[in-house]
Amino acid sequence: MTPLRPRLELLDAALVERVLGEAFALLLDPGVRVRSPEVAELLAAAGASVADGVARIPEGPVRAALVTVPHEFALHDRAGDPVVRYGSGEVHFDPGSSGVHVLDPETLEHRSSRSADLVRLVQVAEMLPQYAAQSTAVVCADVPAAIGDLYRLFLVLLHSDKPIVTGAFTAQTTEVMIDLLAADAGGRRALEARPRAVFDVCPSPPLTWTEFAGSNLVALARAGVPAEIVSMPLAGGAAPVTLVGSVVQHAAECLSGIAIHQLARPGAPVVWGGAPAILDMRAGTTPMGAIETAMIDAACAQVGRSLGLPTHAYLGASDAKIVDAQAGLESGISAILGALAGIDMISGAGMLDFLLCQSAEKLVIDAEAIGMAKRLMRGVETPTETLATAAFREAGLEGRFLELAETNRLFRREQHLPSRVIDRVSHRTWQEAGALDTFARARRRVDEVLATYRRPVIPVGVEAEMVALVRGEARRAGMDILPGVPAR
Amino acid sequence: MTTEMTSEALFEAMRRSIIDGDDERAAELAGEALRAGVDPLRAIDDGFVIGLREVGDRFSRGDMFLPEMMLAAKAMKRAVAVLEPELDRRAMKRQVLGRVVIGSVKGDIHEIGKNLVATMLAAAGFEVHDLGVDVPFDRFVEKAREVDADIVGVSALLTTTMTGQRTVIETLAAGGLRPRVKVIVGGAPVTREWAEEIGADGYGEDAAQAVTVARRLVGAADAAVV
Repeated sequence: MTPLRPRLELLDAALVERVLGEAFALLLDPGVRVRSPEVAELLAAAGASVADGVARIPEGPVRAALVTVPHEFALHDRAGDPVVRYGSGEVHFDPGSSGVHVLDPETLEHRSSRSADLVRLVQVAEMLPQYAAQSTAVVCADVPAAIGDLYRLFLVLLHSDKPIVTGAFTAQTTEVMIDLLAADAGGRRALEARPRAVFDVCPSPPLTWTEFAGSNLVALARAGVPAEIVSMPLAGGAAPVTLVGSVVQHAAECLSGIAIHQLARPGAPVVWGGAPAILDMRAGTTPMGAIETAMIDAACAQVGRSLGLPTHAYLGASDAKIVDAQAGLESGISAILGALAGIDMISGAGMLDFLLCQSAEKLVIDAEAIGMAKRLMRGVETPTETLATAAFREAGLEGRFLELAETNRLFRREQHLPSRVIDRVSHRTWQEAGALDTFARARRRVDEVLATYRRPVIPVGVEAEMVALVRGEARRAGMDILPGVPAR
Repeated sequence: MTTEMTSEALFEAMRRSIIDGDDERAAELAGEALRAGVDPLRAIDDGFVIGLREVGDRFSRGDMFLPEMMLAAKAMKRAVAVLEPELDRRAMKRQVLGRVVIGSVKGDIHEIGKNLVATMLAAAGFEVHDLGVDVPFDRFVEKAREVDADIVGVSALLTTTMTGQRTVIETLAAGGLRPRVKVIVGGAPVTREWAEEIGADGYGEDAAQAVTVARRLVGAADAAVV
C-alpha cells in the first residue's frame, strides 16, 4: 500500500486553466519585450509579430514548444549518477545562489563574500545529504567581476561531487563555463548526455527578455545544457498585486521563455522556475520569507506541473539579518510548503536578507527543516501487516515497545533523526552542555561537518585542464593568482 | 475674516486631498485656489506640501504604505501642474531642495527601486529628472550639465551592472562635474563598502534613506522630514 502523499494545491483545475488562458492572452497583448535581435528573429520566424522590440506571440508556437520540451531530465554527480531527477515527483533542495555577503559567525557582520567563503559553504553543503545539489552560492569579491560567474562554478567543481545550480553573467563567460563543465564531464557530448549543472536564466519583470537573458537561453539550448527559467514577478511592484495575477505573469514569462528555448533547439531541457515575491508595502523590499511569496511559488509550480514541466522555486530563505527566530520560522515554513507543493528543485537555503547574505550556520539549520519536510513528504506509511494489534500481542499491556525487534527495525524510517542542531535533551543536560542556543549549536555543527569534509577525487588531467582554462581567463581579467584553489 | 476662514478651509481640503491620494480632488482644489486669487505658492506651501509631509511622517511611522504614498505623490504632481502656469505668470518659483538626475545604469532595466527613490525625492521637494532605465553613462553627465544638477542618482540591481556606477562617477569627473555634483548610488547588491570604494557621496539602503542622504548632501539635513 502506498501512503497518501501530502500535497498542497492552491488552485482548482478551472483556475489553472484561467491562469494559462490569461497568460496566453498576455503573450499577444501587450506581448513580450525582447531586446535580443537573435531572439526576435526566432520568434518572428515562428509566427510572432515583432515591432519596436515587442514580440506578440500567438499560442501556436508556444503550444508547439510545450510538445517538444522534455518532461523529465536529470542532473548527474561526478560519478555520473542521476541524483537530481527533475520531473520525477521527488523534491530536491540546494543552497540559495548569488549572495553578495556572508554572515560572519563570530561578529554577525554581513561582509563581502570571498572565494574562501564560497569554498566553506560548498564544503558544508557537500557533507549534508539534505542538499541534493550545490549552488554557486555567493559572488566572490576577491575575483574580477568579468570572470565572477565562471570562477564560482570552477570553485564548486573543484570542491564538490554534487550537481550544481549555477548561472552566467555574460555570453562570453557562458561559453567558458560550458567548457569547464565539458572538461569535468569528459567532453561536450558526455556533458550533454549526463549534464551536471543547470543554468538559471532570469526574465525581467514584467514580461521582458533582456538581450543577455534571451541570448543566454538560446546559447544554453543549442549547447544542450539545462536551463532554468527564474521568473520573478514582484506582486504589487513589477506585477499585479494579486497573488493570482502574479502567477499569470509568471506563466507568461515562462511560456515565452520555453518558446524561445525550444525554437533554438527542440527537446533541450528547461525548467519552469521562479523567484517571485510580494512587494513589502512599508519597506519597499522583496520578502522571500513572506507566506504570500510561498503561496505564489506553490501556485506557479502547480501551473507548471499541469503542463507536465519540471519545476523550481526559491524557498527556504529568510529576510532576517541574523540566524534568529524569524530566520527559523520563515525558512522552515517555506521549505515545508515548497515540499508540499511538490516542487522539483527548491533553492534558497542558507539565505538571509532578501537573498543577499549566505550563512553556513543557517545551512545546517535549514538542513534540519529540509529533513523534516522530506519526512513529511513520505507521509504516514503502513510498513507492518497490522497497524498496531500485532505489536500489542508482543508488547502486552505493559507496553514494552522499546524492546521490540519491530521498533529497532523501523524507528529509523518512521522518525527523521535530527542532528544535534535540534535540541531535544532535558533542561539539565542542555545546561550542562553549555546552554547553547540554536545558532551556537549550528556553529559547532559547522565545525564538525568541516572536520569530516574530504575534497573529491578528480582525475589529475581533468583538474589540470580546468585550472589551465581558468588561469587563462583570470590572467586576461588581471588576476594572477587563483584564490580558493587547493594545492595538490 | 471670511476670506481667511475660507482659505484656511481650502488649505485643509488641499492637505486632505494629498493624504487621501485623490488626484482629481487635488487638481480641482488647485483650480479653485486660482479662481479665488489665492497665491499659488501659498497653496503649495500651506496646503498641499503639508499634506505630503503628513504622508511622509505616517509612512516613516509605518502607518501608511507605498501605494498610498505613490498616490499622494501623484496628487501632488497634478496639483502643482495646475498651479504652475500661474506661478510662471507671476515669475515665481517653487523653492526646491535641489535638482536630482536619476536613472538605472546602462545594461540594467530594473526600475522599481529607482522609481521609488525618484518619487520620494520629488515628494520631499527635490526637482527630479528621471532618465529611466538602461541609461548610457554619458547621458547622466549631459543631463546633469543641462539642468545644473546637485545630485546624480545611479541605480543598479545586478552585480553585473553595478560596475557601471563607478563608470558614471568617472565620466562625471572627466566632464569636470565632480566633486560639485554629488553622486548617490543604490540597488540591492550595492553596499556601503562598494559606495566608498567607487567614491560615491552617499548610499541608502532604501528609498527613505536615500531621501535622508540627499537632504544631507544639499545641506537640508535638519529641515523637517517629508
